[in-house]
Amino acid sequence: MTTAISVRDLTFSYPGGHRALDGVDLDLAAGERVAVFGPNGAGKTTFVLHLNGIHRPERGSVEVAGLAVADDTVMEIRRRVGLVFQDPDDQLFMPTVRQDVAFGPANFGVAGSELDARVMEALEMVGMAEAIDRAPHHLSLGERRRVAVATVLASRPEVLVLDEPSSNLDPASRRELADILKGLDVTMLLVTHDLPYALELCERAVIFNRGRIVADGPTRDLLFDDRLMAANRLELPYGFVG
Amino acid sequence: MHIPDGFFNSVTSAGAGVAAAGGLGVALKQAQAQLRERHIPLAGLVAAFVFVLQMINFPVLPGVSGHLLGGALAAIMMGPAVGVVVVTVVVVIQAFLFADGGVSALGLNVINMAVVTTLAGWVTYRLVRVPLRSTRRSVLAAAFVASVVSVVASAAAFVAEYAVGGVGGVDLTAVGLLMVGVHVLIGLGEAAITVGVVGAVLSTRPDLVYGARDLDSASAAGRLSNRRFVLVAAAVAVALVGLATVASSNPDGLEWVAQQTGFAADATESVTAESPLADYGAGGLGSGAGTIVAGLAGLVTVSGVGALTLAATRRRRQAH
Amino acid sequence: MAGGHAHALHVHGHSVVHRLPPHLKVAALGLFVVAVVVTPPSAVWAFGVYAGLLVVVAMAAEIPAPFILRRMVIEVPFVVFALLLPFVGTDPQIEVAGLVVSEPGLLAAWTIVAKGTCGLVASILLAATTEVPDILAGLQRLRVPGVIVAIAGFMVRYIEVIAGELARMRVAMAARGYEARHLGQAKALATSAGALFIRSYERGERVYLAMTSRGYAGTMPTFGAAPATGRQIAAALVIPVLAFSVALTAQVIR
Repeated sequence: MTTAISVRDLTFSYPGGHRALDGVDLDLAAGERVAVFGPNGAGKTTFVLHLNGIHRPERGSVEVAGLAVADDTVMEIRRRVGLVFQDPDDQLFMPTVRQDVAFGPANFGVAGSELDARVMEALEMVGMAEAIDRAPHHLSLGERRRVAVATVLASRPEVLVLDEPSSNLDPASRRELADILKGLDVTMLLVTHDLPYALELCERAVIFNRGRIVADGPTRDLLFDDRLMAANRLELPYGFVG
Repeated sequence: MHIPDGFFNSVTSAGAGVAAAGGLGVALKQAQAQLRERHIPLAGLVAAFVFVLQMINFPVLPGVSGHLLGGALAAIMMGPAVGVVVVTVVVVIQAFLFADGGVSALGLNVINMAVVTTLAGWVTYRLVRVPLRSTRRSVLAAAFVASVVSVVASAAAFVAEYAVGGVGGVDLTAVGLLMVGVHVLIGLGEAAITVGVVGAVLSTRPDLVYGARDLDSASAAGRLSNRRFVLVAAAVAVALVGLATVASSNPDGLEWVAQQTGFAADATESVTAESPLADYGAGGLGSGAGTIVAGLAGLVTVSGVGALTLAATRRRRQAH
Repeated sequence: MAGGHAHALHVHGHSVVHRLPPHLKVAALGLFVVAVVVTPPSAVWAFGVYAGLLVVVAMAAEIPAPFILRRMVIEVPFVVFALLLPFVGTDPQIEVAGLVVSEPGLLAAWTIVAKGTCGLVASILLAATTEVPDILAGLQRLRVPGVIVAIAGFMVRYIEVIAGELARMRVAMAARGYEARHLGQAKALATSAGALFIRSYERGERVYLAMTSRGYAGTMPTFGAAPATGRQIAAALVIPVLAFSVALTAQVIR
């Protein structure tokens, strides 16, 4: 089993002095789907931004498929790790879907007919091929989320990191997105407060609190450990029996 | 103030096009260091912000409304060079995507609405701040004055261009006095919005205000303003309105009044496509009296806005 | 300049005008407008020809007349202004249809209405037949600096997002009993504009993060359009060439 992501003793403080990450260790095997839980301000987003070199560790290390994050590797790291941000309006910044999906691979040196093929391939994977020439702001939220996933798939990443992919989606859109994600053959990190969603998609989960990983295990075990859940401000929806 | 095709002769339009391109070139060169990486999306978002605010009219007098031009705001928030670039983008896109402003008049529109407003706003902002200490209050006071001056300068630029190559037929003094007079009032609205934005941003993200980089965070977050700021702002407003009043209450006889009324229409138009000319003209006021009433109404408006803004901000601060 | 033009003026279609490469259309618009502006206003017939050319383009593009007329409302203030000029203009005064009017004023009024209308309709036709991203690509091809085009791209992408945020803020204010009265507009604007600026700016920062994470390192990738064929160039030149012939003739025979 190859390691997709290896994080050792990752520590990071913001310029104001706030310590956001405090000695995080995490290993992801290739093909694994892992959920990340934790209360607001636990350091989840800061952690995610380390995975493709937007933040650099103050102490410790981040490796993606054996490649350490450093100045000379950061472009390759960014190709390998695709981040899908929570608000698709942040993720989709180009005037058309086509240009947006092409943005990543174009930056990584793909051009011409190969680029067109990548764009089409990525849009087909999320079922949005017919929207290729539309403007992002003319799509529904569910459609924008799917296109947002396509914008990183087009770079053929090895790891897909999703920040709150199900938030604000209507139930049908939420379901469609889950089916798409389940069909993708990549390592996946799912940052979410949507615990049932995580249970459906991920066998394993970790809980962040105050810049540390305080729990790591099978999603089901974590979700039904009442004391652990309460200590980390996590709650299953009313009536949920899994 | 989006000038359509045919309002100016072709030589003036072409000359303005060349001048605008040159000005933009200089601004781009100056902005180059700042416009790397991070600032391109930021500049785009600020351009969209200015564009959206420009769509909203605020009343300055019954029947006359204005909207933000945004030059002074862009200069204070992002620096003069990036400011020119940002507002230029707004004006260019309005011409090509929304048919707002003639394509042959693009140079004139860029000069009046992007270059002149931004530079006049920035220079004024710096000048006002020179004798003042580095405090939040002086930043806001300078922003206020800079906004008024930027709008008036834009109107003055229009008048100067009109003198050089506008379609003829009307006495120039009339154009000048009325354009400038009305734009003093619009400038006060511009100032209210600029101060509102700069003040709010200083409270929460002082690092975003280019023109206040010298402030430490403690003074930036200080009380938005107090009586002294209101007094300074009011004094400036009175001075400016007074100047305009004195200038325009210099009647050259009945013909002048008639011309002035004619240009009231233009000035009205230049700030909003919605307010019907009839409203302004129907007031039936003589030139001097009209301007004084206008000035007073503007003062009342701005004082009211200022007071309400302060009240709202205080309440918000207490809520924090 | 009035409210409500957040939506671009595009009319979906597949006409010959729609299909022309955008940079050619932008160039044709520029050339046509220059021809109009240099035409002496006394050559009334010339403006009739220009209007005819515009009608032909509108018909070829299948743009309905009401659409163009609606957008022409933007010109009303200038028309009103122009109509006043004959009555407030300088001497000499002449008598036309029983009214004493200023001759220079009358000429100026005609100039503004004729040239302004031709330019406006031509601009509407460009916007109506060209998608927003294509206009940006066209500007880029016409050597407009890349930074300008990039900023414009972000701007058009986020106009509706920011307008939506502003609308929600206004609804939230209304829900708490706020009513936009006469003075209220400016007050509401001044108070909400600050918050809106911060939201816009912070979105810009998040957009930058999203770009960086997809390999952005300071230069926007360009997605070049296919080069124009000779036939397309010829087609795009038809209107400008005709317009310039008219302008030249008008200059010569005046």
